[in-house]
Amino acid sequence: MADTPLQAAPQDARAPEVPSVAEVLQDLAKTSVLKVQNYSKLSLQSITNLATGPRYVQDTLDQMDDIGVGSLPIVLLSGFFIGAVMVLQTGTQFERFGQASLTGDIVSLALVRELGPSITGLLVAGRCSSGIASELGSMLVTEQVDAMRAMGTDPSRKLVTPRVLATLITLPLLTTISVFVGLIGGMVASVLSLRINATTFWERAIKILEFSDIMQGFSKTVIFAFILATVGCYQGLNVRGGTQGVGRATTQAVVVSSVLIIVSDTFLTKLALYLADKFF
Amino acid sequence: MEPYPSGLNTTLTASIPLSIEFKDVRLGFSEGEILRGVTFSAQERETVILLGETGTGKTLLLKLAAGLLRPDSGSIRVLDKDISSLSESELLDARRQIGFVFQEGALFDSLTVGENVAYRLHEDGVDEDEIKPRVEEVLRFVELAHTTDSLPSELSGGMRRRVSIARALIGRPPIVLYDSPTAGLDPLTSQTIISLILRLRDVYGVTALLATHRLQDGFALANFHFDPQAKKVRRDSSPESSRVAPTRFLVLRAGKIYFEGSPDELMKSQDPYLQRFLI
Repeated sequence: MADTPLQAAPQDARAPEVPSVAEVLQDLAKTSVLKVQNYSKLSLQSITNLATGPRYVQDTLDQMDDIGVGSLPIVLLSGFFIGAVMVLQTGTQFERFGQASLTGDIVSLALVRELGPSITGLLVAGRCSSGIASELGSMLVTEQVDAMRAMGTDPSRKLVTPRVLATLITLPLLTTISVFVGLIGGMVASVLSLRINATTFWERAIKILEFSDIMQGFSKTVIFAFILATVGCYQGLNVRGGTQGVGRATTQAVVVSSVLIIVSDTFLTKLALYLADKFF
Repeated sequence: MEPYPSGLNTTLTASIPLSIEFKDVRLGFSEGEILRGVTFSAQERETVILLGETGTGKTLLLKLAAGLLRPDSGSIRVLDKDISSLSESELLDARRQIGFVFQEGALFDSLTVGENVAYRLHEDGVDEDEIKPRVEEVLRFVELAHTTDSLPSELSGGMRRRVSIARALIGRPPIVLYDSPTAGLDPLTSQTIISLILRLRDVYGVTALLATHRLQDGFALANFHFDPQAKKVRRDSSPESSRVAPTRFLVLRAGKIYFEGSPDELMKSQDPYLQRFLI
């Protein structure tokens, strides 16, 4: 090899090897499988940690305050207007057939089964999954996670499990509030726009609901909560590349958790409809 | 390739127990192998200075010693435990015997100084009545008793390092690992940190691994001692071999131990690579 840049390079000096398409695809597949494996491991660990101590109760309460109480304003505001807009959209169609009173039924079913869980899930994913990823990512790049491990603390117990548990508890509660506020929004819109009696709207909205509808909505929120919390934690604890990496992880946490929520919603709806048909 | 220096000396006094022992440790990442068969040991109460250029693997050695990383091959024994073969949960217990001072302090930025220092005690479930005096004691030791309620962001770089030392000290570990404790600090603050490390060594008798690229830090630890009676740092005039807390240098180069020896041997070395550190 040449000692200085002025010396002639040997004849057999070759350009660095360019990997073939197959090699690139193979590497991509391996990396993807590894990511899924690590994510699954972290998710499983976040739950199995609950079986043994130490348990971080105060951290879980703090996270419940941050995720639950902190998300309340956006959930209330969006829930109210989603209910109202549902009434405006569906009410005008029902009015054409003289069935405007059915608006309460359809809004209630849509909010409880579908819109309540998915919209709340997406809103909380936007706010909390990104927040979790940036917080844990910042801790990782400033060696705070290593410091924690060096002092004998398991980061999955201290950082992941409280966030997952707090989201599992608070998202169903937030969804319930969102649905309730959505129905109020729908009721206000139906009174003002469709001239439907508030009592009629409310009665129909409640009567149409069955146990299977509530279970469908509830089971979805639990799955969505698990997705948004674990994806946020995984992205945060796998940051590469300093502060720029934290930004990337934050964006990815929102994108991945939102996509997973929407995709899983399809399968959960199908499953819930099948189970409702079979057992209820 | 430059020849290995003649001062290379890997023999240790057999009678003193070993606190840390690395045997043919290798570690690599996707970029290539960083540590290529590192073998060394640190005796009880000994201070080993890891010297080397940036990127030679000093921090990796400390993280391996703390069990924060696992070697690809070789074995690492810390306080008679082979930590390279322990599970993560067993390692959590083993790490309680080790204090780690990170390069930038790595303080929990959402906790106050007092909470940072008390962190380990809270984790261990120590009684609240006992925690407060112990936190006060170690903060007094690092002369930061007045910062208990401050957040790390309100402290200077040097103060953050001192809090980090206090946090490492609170569990009274027999081994403390320092990752470039004076990097990026002005000479006066560096001196304060070094005298703190001297006090920790001479008052508590800890075994230390100290990674640095500043030779003067190593020589300060080798040539000075803390006098607990006078509460002053004094030059050590006794011969190196008779000192209670001996200091040894390890120079890392290209993922291997390039030089191992006493401060005197390093000073007298004619090796061109080592001479670059001495200029």
